[in-house]
Amino acid sequence: MSGKGAPAIVMEAVHKWFGEFHVLKGIDLEVAEQQKVVICGPSGSGKSTLIRCINALEDYQQGRIVVDGIEVTKDVKNVEAIRREVGMVFQQFNLFPHLTVLENLILAPMHVRHMPRKEAEELAMQLLERVKIPEQAHKYPGQLSGGQQQRVAIARALCMKPKIMLFDEPTSALDPEMIKEVLDVMVELAEAGMTMVVVTHEMGFAKSVADYIVFMDEGEIVEIAPPSTFFTSPKSERTRLFLSQILHH
Amino acid sequence: MAVAERGRSPALLPPVSERLGPLAWLKRNLFSTWYNSLLTILVGYLLYVVLVPFFEWAILNATFFGDSKEACDFDGACWALITSRLGQYLYGLYPVAERWRVNAAFLLLILAMVPLFLPRFRHRLLYACGLVFLYPPVAYLFFAGGVFGLPFVETAQWGGLFLTLVIAGVGITASLPIGVLLALGRRSEMPVIRALCVVFIEVIRGVPLVTILFMASVMLPLFLPPGVTIDKLLRALIGVALFASAYMAEVVRGGLQGIPKGQYEAAMALGLGYWQMMGYVVLPQALRMVIPGIVNTFIGLFKDTALVTIIGLYDLLGMSRFIIQDPKWLGLAAESYLFAGFGFWVFCFAMSRYSMYVEKVLSAGERR
Ligand SMILES: Nc1ncnc2c1ncn2[C@@H]1O[C@H](COP(=O)(O)OP(=O)(O)OP(=O)(O)O)[C@@H](O)[C@H]1O
Ligand SMILES: [Mg+2]
Repeated sequence: MSGKGAPAIVMEAVHKWFGEFHVLKGIDLEVAEQQKVVICGPSGSGKSTLIRCINALEDYQQGRIVVDGIEVTKDVKNVEAIRREVGMVFQQFNLFPHLTVLENLILAPMHVRHMPRKEAEELAMQLLERVKIPEQAHKYPGQLSGGQQQRVAIARALCMKPKIMLFDEPTSALDPEMIKEVLDVMVELAEAGMTMVVVTHEMGFAKSVADYIVFMDEGEIVEIAPPSTFFTSPKSERTRLFLSQILHH
Repeated sequence: MAVAERGRSPALLPPVSERLGPLAWLKRNLFSTWYNSLLTILVGYLLYVVLVPFFEWAILNATFFGDSKEACDFDGACWALITSRLGQYLYGLYPVAERWRVNAAFLLLILAMVPLFLPRFRHRLLYACGLVFLYPPVAYLFFAGGVFGLPFVETAQWGGLFLTLVIAGVGITASLPIGVLLALGRRSEMPVIRALCVVFIEVIRGVPLVTILFMASVMLPLFLPPGVTIDKLLRALIGVALFASAYMAEVVRGGLQGIPKGQYEAAMALGLGYWQMMGYVVLPQALRMVIPGIVNTFIGLFKDTALVTIIGLYDLLGMSRFIIQDPKWLGLAAESYLFAGFGFWVFCFAMSRYSMYVEKVLSAGERR
């Protein structure tokens, strides 16, 4: 896969608490430009919390996160700068139901990037081509299937021309027959050289795309390994247990 | 082009339910069982007892034109009161020669609102905001005059339906934006702002409008430095607007609570700032959800404006009270109040129908 470039995301000893509850217990992670990282782990292990810290949807209490050279702080300017560079795709799509697909796509480019409407619409149509649903541009999200909605969500994030894309279980809410159409789009995106952090249990995707896989449990990173060794010879017992559970499903 | 594609693809119409003849309809809906028949007959009898005399009084035996009570039949309604004093019901004591100004200002408003109903007009919200800020001063120039050779008409002379519409219009246009701000403030993460909004909303909602109007008309002047006076109408307007805003805030808050967290997160992740997120993503959905509540508040407000009578303003209700004190028309309270009630009803009913129409259009556009 791609060689190691400049660091896109750096997390150093990140700790986070929800009240008394210690969710992230000293996370160290580095993602280089163009690298693809898959994060997996049992439910409640803090995967979502971790990637939501990267674009400041969650704050953290200790440690340091630097994204694209900008430190993630509570400062509004920093947060806005980071969110312009980082796209995010959610498990529940979170499309804006009162706007058409096209309007969903052009909203942020027009109002955050101050792109003229026409230019934004052209860009949006290009991206809808890329996710293979240009014919749905004028429908409302509620009129699309789950797989189509998730592809719109990916296109919406790409419309901001992000340098980094975060995916939080993008296929978990989908019916099995729709998972592939979304994964295909993600694979294509990976091949085009996007820096990606993906929380997923789609191990096929992880095997073929990830530069390395991060296994989390109880707020800690238990193991980081490239797919070649992660699946065949995991070092930790917890990883082995987890793999045996999900691979036999 | 977004608009043109919205129509549903030509699907088959649902089968027309079998057509019922009038007799079959009667049987099915009114006489299906013995107790249903009994109820129908009972209700029919009550309607007969009440409506027939009313109809005789209001229409058959009524007198529609005349100069004074003497022209009217004793056993019928004396609508001559309304027809001969209609100008006062509509404009209060506004000078007759200047009434065209009121008409012109309302006509101007209707014309200015036309673009809002054009389906292809894109900057509707911006335009509406502009209208909210620009129209009131223009209307004030028309109503009050004193410039451009228009004689000055003091607010004490404004009255009738005209005044009711002014108060309700100001209340309605002020309450929505202020209510939205209060609702957002109440959910704000900044404790000071949140506390201020909560206190304001809870204090205003805990007090009857009459009290606020009394305070505005009696107490406010006590706090002002001597020599400074605020127009009585202006005080009433402020009172009504604040009152309506507090109610509106709670309606809007209900809508805000109905927006899933994911919508906020998606908007934030796209880099939208707070006001952009609220303006483009959250409020359009939240307000749409609570249209019935908003219109309800508008209707309540419209009727509540009648309370300004108590502080000596002559709105539609105040005017109908004032007119029947004229010795020529003494004792015609029923006709006068009935007419005022009818005036309020027409506007409230229209608002309610319009909101149903808007809901239908919106839910046709967006199918989840
Ligand atoms: N806003 C919150 N307040 C309090 N606790 C929270 C909050 N969000 C998450 N948690 C807790 O933090 C822990 C980690 O949550 P997180 O959503 O990061 O897990 P996850 O690994 O993404 O799990 P899943 O696979 O189910 O999505 C969970 O125990 C969860 O209950
Ligand atoms: Mg999660």
